[in-house]
Amino acid sequence: MILPRIVITGVGLTAPNGNSLMEFRRNLLAGVAGIEWLEVRYMGRLLAGVCHFDPLRHQKRKEVRVGTRAGSISIWCAREALADSGIGFDAFPKDRVGIYIGCTEHGNVETENEIFAISKFGYDTKYWSHYHNPRTVANNPAGEASLNLGVTGPAYTIGAACAAGNMGLIHASQMLRLGEVDLAVCGGVSESIHTFGIFAGFKSQGALATNDVPAKASRPFDKARNGIVVSEGGCLYTLERLDDALARGARIYGEIAGYGVNSDASDYVLPNPARQAECVRKSIAHAGLTPPDIHIVNTHATATPLGDIQECEAIRAVFGTGCPDTYINNTKSFIGHCMGAAGALELAGNLPSFDDLTVHPTINVDDLDPACALPGLVFNTPVKAARVDTILNNSFGMLGINSTLIVKRFVT
Amino acid sequence: MTNDECKKVVLDIIADIAPDEDLSNVKPDVRLRDQLQLDSMDFLDIVMELRKRHGIEVPEADYIRLASLDSSAEYLTPKFNALAAKS
Repeated sequence: MILPRIVITGVGLTAPNGNSLMEFRRNLLAGVAGIEWLEVRYMGRLLAGVCHFDPLRHQKRKEVRVGTRAGSISIWCAREALADSGIGFDAFPKDRVGIYIGCTEHGNVETENEIFAISKFGYDTKYWSHYHNPRTVANNPAGEASLNLGVTGPAYTIGAACAAGNMGLIHASQMLRLGEVDLAVCGGVSESIHTFGIFAGFKSQGALATNDVPAKASRPFDKARNGIVVSEGGCLYTLERLDDALARGARIYGEIAGYGVNSDASDYVLPNPARQAECVRKSIAHAGLTPPDIHIVNTHATATPLGDIQECEAIRAVFGTGCPDTYINNTKSFIGHCMGAAGALELAGNLPSFDDLTVHPTINVDDLDPACALPGLVFNTPVKAARVDTILNNSFGMLGINSTLIVKRFVT
Repeated sequence: MTNDECKKVVLDIIADIAPDEDLSNVKPDVRLRDQLQLDSMDFLDIVMELRKRHGIEVPEADYIRLASLDSSAEYLTPKFNALAAKS
């Protein structure tokens, strides 16, 4: 069975170091990180990746007041992606549009806010907001986007921990191939920095980064790495079947080449390198490629002492030393861990490599951990590549969910 | 509290819950829903803010009394004054 080819035709994003693909990419090539100090309820000043887009560009003030941060991020990214796609969305049949948004978690922010609010009234629940349920339902980010855009096709979220950003694209590709929709708005979002719980949880786990210099805090593969910088962000793409994109003369960023999704089935939080390697292999086979055909591997590495080594183990197992054209990098070193948005944002940061043949580096590697010294690792300064025809993007999450997505240069 | 002061209290709340609305020409005798973009959740907001900010309770059976600024003032002003007399 020959399945329709799926292509990326638009990108909308907000990252801690940029609110458009152009700005984001420029900062990735210039070594500009986006980490800052953030006052977190009960915990004080912590390091975080904060986005600085203007929600009022695409929302009324009332929408912002009633909705959630994840909803605002989704709407921003969706509107920016649709504008970027040039699809003429106003005239597009809204029942043929699907919105598929990956989330690590949703609802914690609003629940924490409401508990804090009623604490001022002796925990009397008659002060609990009537907006709590629409704000905390798991489909909230996609639902708010559907309201804002008038989309009447399927709009829902995909919960896959920190593998979720890739999952948004993977699921959208499947729905397009099945003919369920004609246009997909997909990717991932995260509002995580607005919940103290995620910071406190990582701190209790011994996995929260500390550093006196914010820009130096997220440092995968460096010997002095000491944990995750929690970030918010979002990145949504427009995906279409190739025939549709060609028929309207769309600009094509790249083609979905293949993907792999699997589960560790081994631990609540600890990664499993064998299953990660299996996921990567599965994606390469699905794309009809072999490891030497992969030109950029964008790692998931979050800068935890053990997690980085385990992913490197998985990458070594797949790519070994026989892939001279394979470069390896990491985007979290600039923007921290954008959770449900991570996979989608990190892919976006690398997409322009098809055009500029430049691989953005992993920054903050002052003292490379020998256990992470992978062949082809690009650190601290960008590298010019002879060829960039394929990008493999890893995103892994808690409860052992792994997703790997491969995008290739579009060639007719 | 006078009726006019009470209307200002209600308008201040509406200004927060419907920040896109122009409140400069709200007609006091016309239903709020007929002149502003307010839905049922917004009216629950008015009830909640009266409770949070002013300690005023509006039972569900009385929600209809908040239909216009005039009816709101007529209903709420005695409540505000009763509360002030207690404190």
